Amino acid sequence: MNFVLIFLITIFSLSLFFYGRSKTKSIAIEKNIKLNALPKFYGYYLVLWCSIPSLVFLLIWSLFEPVIIKSIIIETAANQGAIFNDKNEANLIYEKIKAIHLGTYFGDIDSILRESALAYAKFINLFTNSKVVLIFAIVIASVIYSLKKINKNNKARDDVEIILKGLLFVSSLIAILTTLGIIFSLLFESIKFFSVINIFDYLFGTNWSPQRAFVRDASSITAAEFEELKDAFGFIPLIAGTTFIAFIAMLVAVPIGLFSGIYMAEYASLKIRRISKPIIEILAGIPTVVYGFFAALTVGPFFRQIGENFGLTVSSESALAAGLIMGIMIIPYVSSLSDDVINSVPQSLRDGSYAIGATKSETIKKVVIPAALPGIIGSILLAVSRAIGETMIVVMAAGLAANLTINPLESTTTITTQIVMILVGDQEFDSPKTQSAFALGLTLFIATLILNYIAQRAVKKYREKYD
Amino acid sequence: MTKEQRLKKRHNAEKRFRFYGLASIFFALLFVLILVHNIFSKGSSAFMKTAINVEVFYDKDLLELEPGASEEDILEADFFDITIESLLKVYPAKNMDEEDALIELFTTDAEIEIKKAFLNNKNLIGKKINLEITASDDIDQLHKGNYPRDLPEDRRRISNFQLEIYDVLVENKTITKNFNNYFFKNGDSRDPEIAGIGGALVGSFYSILICLLLAFPVAVLASIYLEEFAPKNKITDFIEININNLAAVPSIVYGLLALQILLATIQLPRSTPLVAGITLALMTLPRIIIPCRASLKAVPPSIREGALAVGASKFQSVFHHVVPLALPGTLSGTIIGLAQALGETAPLILIGMVAFVVDIPSTPIDPSSSLPVQVYLWSESAERGFVEKTSATIMMLLSFLIVMNFLAVYLRQKFEKRWN
Repeated sequence: MNFVLIFLITIFSLSLFFYGRSKTKSIAIEKNIKLNALPKFYGYYLVLWCSIPSLVFLLIWSLFEPVIIKSIIIETAANQGAIFNDKNEANLIYEKIKAIHLGTYFGDIDSILRESALAYAKFINLFTNSKVVLIFAIVIASVIYSLKKINKNNKARDDVEIILKGLLFVSSLIAILTTLGIIFSLLFESIKFFSVINIFDYLFGTNWSPQRAFVRDASSITAAEFEELKDAFGFIPLIAGTTFIAFIAMLVAVPIGLFSGIYMAEYASLKIRRISKPIIEILAGIPTVVYGFFAALTVGPFFRQIGENFGLTVSSESALAAGLIMGIMIIPYVSSLSDDVINSVPQSLRDGSYAIGATKSETIKKVVIPAALPGIIGSILLAVSRAIGETMIVVMAAGLAANLTINPLESTTTITTQIVMILVGDQEFDSPKTQSAFALGLTLFIATLILNYIAQRAVKKYREKYD
Repeated sequence: MTKEQRLKKRHNAEKRFRFYGLASIFFALLFVLILVHNIFSKGSSAFMKTAINVEVFYDKDLLELEPGASEEDILEADFFDITIESLLKVYPAKNMDEEDALIELFTTDAEIEIKKAFLNNKNLIGKKINLEITASDDIDQLHKGNYPRDLPEDRRRISNFQLEIYDVLVENKTITKNFNNYFFKNGDSRDPEIAGIGGALVGSFYSILICLLLAFPVAVLASIYLEEFAPKNKITDFIEININNLAAVPSIVYGLLALQILLATIQLPRSTPLVAGITLALMTLPRIIIPCRASLKAVPPSIREGALAVGASKFQSVFHHVVPLALPGTLSGTIIGLAQALGETAPLILIGMVAFVVDIPSTPIDPSSSLPVQVYLWSESAERGFVEKTSATIMMLLSFLIVMNFLAVYLRQKFEKRWN
């Protein structure tokens, strides 16, 4: 139905374009007046007025229709004597009614369900009919309004541009809507989670074992179960594992990235730079699932083999393997940014240093790097935020069990790994286990937000200093 | 320490420092080489499959089909008996166990292959024909040299008897390597020899298409607004900060957003390219807006002023003059954003694309997989045959990414104007 409506609106709008264009031309000749805009703008004006109000209405209607119908149907079913104790059972009955209406339900149909299905059909019909009528009314009203305007020889170009500008503004608002969506979806579930689990138990607990809370309804938890749940969601092992793996990654990425950034900015000839810079940036373009595969199937077993030769027990999902590969993935983030930052240090600083007899490396160490330090630190912080948000490498190459350890040869887990592990496969909404994933997501979101904010401030401050 | 010694020391330090820089670049390049070599050496064999030449006799009585039977009758006919009969003719088996071992050399889809050959040529009733039946995963890996023969029998999946048959087959040259059409055509399967990336390819294609259709227009319009029309005020600043932050939000957070809003609230169908495309579009949007704005900013103000001077409105100056000039940069930014979206895995896992889907999706609202998720799924499988399949999938994924990136660079270099 919606597609038919959209199709009709489109066709009608397009024909209005040609109508408006020729109409205004004939008006101009008839009344012998000078038009206030080119004829095509009158066409555009009609098109916009015909399509935008009706399409916006259709969108809003389609978003709210299922919700309203659902509440009406559940209410009527309840009035007829259907019994449901909570939201899930109500949803189930609603789905059954819908399936009966569509003819895809093959279970037993009792009288309540049959009546409700008939009511459902009635409401669907009613809503569809009123939708069509309302849309036609809106189209006709807006077309009449805009035709009147055209007959009065309005400044169509200005009006069209105002509408289009509004459209541009709305597009730029989508970024804000996305942020709001993220914050609300994370907060919504997190608040539910923290209403069951004390936030301090979460932040300072040292034991993470969410499987204990599997398939359990948050609203009907007994006191004994609550005690047990209390220390199942301790965040400390996760943040420890995450920072530990990120730390190993930075041990790899910072020296290599920084040195290659310095070499490319200060030493490399144009030719070497032109070849090596894109190749290093390939590292950032490879999908992380590829790194994960490489870490899990090649690097992990390789370390294990080496460890065996030295008589060490190395877990095949060691923090070392995951951290090393993550570090390699991050090299280009450090190197490109620090290359840019070093490049924007003014030449006069270097010349001054050379003039008092310093070698090139001494100039870099004593003059260029201190001058570029805020920018370099900013780039490192951006790399850290990338490392703690990275998912696939740790999901595939780091462990699943939350060990509180600082031995890089043992396995450890991270925030992102746990989010994936909790949410992969079938989920129980309304179980503390599922909600804990959103609490983890919120923590991750806030952490990366703070890191990015500081990093961007640092880079920006630094740029302003030398621009 | 004399002056010369000191100078020598300083020059040595200079050389060392230079060496560190060179060494780290070299290390990064070396890693790219190792990674690519590792993937290619593991994956290239997946493009071939092992097949065994079998003589099939389409026995009229066993099939219970008359010459000239209709297509429906053939589809309903039972090809199991003649399949077993034909496969057992490959090697003389003495007892039931040996017969089972012999049949295990072939794919579980052998019956379907025999049926398909018959459907292609319905005159085969009562006739004999030589078919190349796909071998089982273990034989496939053995024939490609990926399977160790020298293990003791109880630690091998292939028995000594099966090895004996294999050696005879090799001697008779009835075992061959063919192009693996299943790898591109089939959907996922539990059996590596018939598993393919067909479903994942289609799923990825739909996801990226939806992502492009949603993200590109919105990103272009938003960057035009921010760069050309937006007044300098708090709202604009806020939008800008927002976009920069969104570009750095970990991708898994977008997965949580999609789970809560798209799946739980709006109730779009799970595991579908539609949801994947919308999620990827939200994620890619800020990553496209940033290069779009940069390319709009690079158009010199004289272009705008020239248009305004001859009487164009602000809109006309932007849409007739600035946007066309910024288009190459915009397009290349979009392609790079899409390439990132193509390789994205974590949010797709959260929206349920890890479901085991055998059928190839025909519309964007059918459950499906995508290339990177297929890599993740197969890398978790224990069968040896999936290692080469995973690597080959990565090869496909990387080649798409390389093509997209080259296209982006080409567009920029070919069409972008330099203003200085």
